[in-house]
Amino acid sequence: MKTIIFKTASSYLLPLLLLFAIFILLRGHYLPGGGFVGGLIAAIAFVIHSFANGIEKTRGIIKFHPGFLMPIGLALALIAAIAPLFTGGALMTGLWFENPVPVIGMVGSALFFDIGVFLVVVGVTLTIIFTISETI
Amino acid sequence: MSLYEYLYYIILPLLAISILIIFVRFLKGPTLSDRVVSLDLIITTGIGIIAIYSIHTNQPTFLDIAMILALIAFLGTVAFSYYLEKREKND
Repeated sequence: MKTIIFKTASSYLLPLLLLFAIFILLRGHYLPGGGFVGGLIAAIAFVIHSFANGIEKTRGIIKFHPGFLMPIGLALALIAAIAPLFTGGALMTGLWFENPVPVIGMVGSALFFDIGVFLVVVGVTLTIIFTISETI
Repeated sequence: MSLYEYLYYIILPLLAISILIIFVRFLKGPTLSDRVVSLDLIITTGIGIIAIYSIHTNQPTFLDIAMILALIAFLGTVAFSYYLEKREKND
């Protein structure tokens, strides 16, 4: 679309929405949020950018095919799930670091599982939407 | 009349009536763009209802849900207008 307001707004919205997505992802352990909603918001940020500037420019920002995010996210979630087996716990037990990380708080294997879900959701949504927009 | 009573007995019924009126426009709407605009307006009124509910129950996390809903409504309207524009070009 060739509207200058939407184009200008989208270039400011993209980093803001990505930041909000990361905020939602990190907050998800105790409050509403988490990997799925965060991934959807990050995908919506790229979709709005692609509507305003054309898909080729958005592909230039991402640099690689978004489908590659799916196996990476699945592998990260799998590693977070089977990591407690090596320390003597049951499958998917939460492992926590001893000291809290500044700003984020306590970090455990649940966060890495959530990051895996985040990457899978971004990859799936962007693959679907880019494929649909190419055919129209 | 306190703020809570004002929100509960005046603002909330107003929003409910306006949703009904917008829904009539959504059903009648002569053209497709009328329906798209009325759908956007229904979601925006729903965001207002969520905001009042968040004040009433004293839960600030509902506001984040309202924000995500506004984002999705905006994306939906932009996508509808994008494809309406493309369809008019093709005809």
